[in-house]
Amino acid sequence: MPQTAQPAARLVPRTKPSWLTERRRSSLTAYLFISPFFVLFAIFGLYPILFTIYLSFYKWDALGPMTYVGMQNYQFVTEDPIFWTSFANTLIISVMGTIPQLILALLIAVFLNSSITRFKKTFRVLYFMPNITSIVAVTLVFSAIFSNNGMGNWVMDLFGLDPVAWNSGWWGVKLAVASMIMWRWTGYNVIIYLSGLQSIPTDLYEAARIDGASRFQQLIRITLPLLKPFIVFTVLMSTIGSLQLFTEPYVFLGQTGTSSTREEGLTMVIYLYTEAFGNNFFGTAAATAVLLLLFTIVFSMFNMWASRKMGGDADGGAV
Amino acid sequence: MRTVRGDRPGIAAQAFYYVFLTIGAFISVFPFYWMFVIATNERGAASHIPPVITISDQFIANFERALDKTEFWTSLGNSLFVSIMVTASVLFFCSLAGYAFAKYEFKFKHFLFFFVLATLFVPQQLSVLPTYVIMAKLQWIDSYKALIVPAMVNAFGIFWMRQYISSAVHAELLEAGRIDGAGHLRIFGTIVVPIITPAIATLGIFTFMNTWNDFFWPLVVLKDRSHYTVQIALQQLFTTRDGLDYGMIMSATFMATLPLLIVFLAFSRWFIAGLTSGAVKS
Repeated sequence: MPQTAQPAARLVPRTKPSWLTERRRSSLTAYLFISPFFVLFAIFGLYPILFTIYLSFYKWDALGPMTYVGMQNYQFVTEDPIFWTSFANTLIISVMGTIPQLILALLIAVFLNSSITRFKKTFRVLYFMPNITSIVAVTLVFSAIFSNNGMGNWVMDLFGLDPVAWNSGWWGVKLAVASMIMWRWTGYNVIIYLSGLQSIPTDLYEAARIDGASRFQQLIRITLPLLKPFIVFTVLMSTIGSLQLFTEPYVFLGQTGTSSTREEGLTMVIYLYTEAFGNNFFGTAAATAVLLLLFTIVFSMFNMWASRKMGGDADGGAV
Repeated sequence: MRTVRGDRPGIAAQAFYYVFLTIGAFISVFPFYWMFVIATNERGAASHIPPVITISDQFIANFERALDKTEFWTSLGNSLFVSIMVTASVLFFCSLAGYAFAKYEFKFKHFLFFFVLATLFVPQQLSVLPTYVIMAKLQWIDSYKALIVPAMVNAFGIFWMRQYISSAVHAELLEAGRIDGAGHLRIFGTIVVPIITPAIATLGIFTFMNTWNDFFWPLVVLKDRSHYTVQIALQQLFTTRDGLDYGMIMSATFMATLPLLIVFLAFSRWFIAGLTSGAVKS
């Protein structure tokens, strides 16, 4: 029960066992209310995570008995050049898909937030529309755009550029996948940044103008430092999200009907998926999953560290 | 609205803002339009040079070919069923848990809430193998239970509900309910739920959308064509080897996207409001 209700509770007479005070009753109710999450998490979250770590030291095909192999799965994965290809691909596509995206989102948000801009609501809805589309749908539409004689190469030609092999070239595949990510997520980040911008008090800008700060100085000295929590949030979310990249390249390159994805677009999660559900190597797949978690932790910590470094003078700059 | 005199950028800057924003909005919307264009033109239209950009009348013919290749309506029904079940259960369990975290006092409350938040950062793929094994043991492979049960309550929903309930539901109201002798569930149902309807709407739309769009987990556990969700059915159309029939693929993609698009345009206010308040507090 709400803590403020405690005194009133004693006024209501109830015939209950004496150990079951109102206070205990309300605690028990609370535990009951939150228990579904913990029960489900124990079964489908915690146990699987521990089991994955355990499994990564065993050889197993998901049917027969498990054999302990020590670090061999890790050794196999880290000595597999295809794993490192998938690692590099994931990293390159993440950088290509998220850094320009976040900068673009920030610009759009600043322009949208400007006092002169009208039709704000309409713009917001239009920018957010891609995000509601399923990744499969986005990938299919973009595969049509990036098909051999498709619109993508026609646009390249308009700008006098050579056609790109979007679905087989080393850079082509990465560009195509990165553009799908950008298209689907830019609007989402615009909305996040916009809510951040709206939380900045306007008198800060007035004071800056009185001091003669230019528009650009205002952006660097006021907007960016005060937007920092939002930027950290979006960078963190994009990093975690792009390490888990799977659906776009899997669907985009899966069209040949073979069970394997072209190496140009192989990501770590596709590697994991193929090891487990293509080759039945559950042990190496588990080792890949553990490595993926380690990478996620390392990248998140690096983000936190970098943002703390950069934020050194944020408070000073804002006032 | 919050213009200060002297704040207005010059006419050139204004023009630049609008051109930039309009190009951006065009890029956001164009693929939707083009999806429909390809869906309504004959099958090879996607590789015409210069590109086809006008709507034609071949939609029915294209869509019929899609219906031949997949059990499209079945998969749409499956997606609808799974999404509704997950959404209903997420709304129920997350709002109860969020309510407990917001308005009850109990031991380890802060630790438990922190724990809930921490689980948000665990990649789904880490648990996919053992979860698959559990599903196999339970003989839930290829059943909707495998999709619904693990998704019945989630950390984001609890977090989101807790934030909303802490600020929107006042302690005096709950106390009044108690003095009237109402039980815990009754107070929740008659006092709390009416106040938190906006939060329920937002969480409901998000959950529905995420479940509808999910691909990885259904791909792992669904085996039989008649059990596919609509995303898997779409991907299967793309895998067929006999040449790429973009007219057919886009007609099916359009039909699978339309329900969400309608929901979004009708409720865009809830979507965007939900997104912003969720982000601000994390």
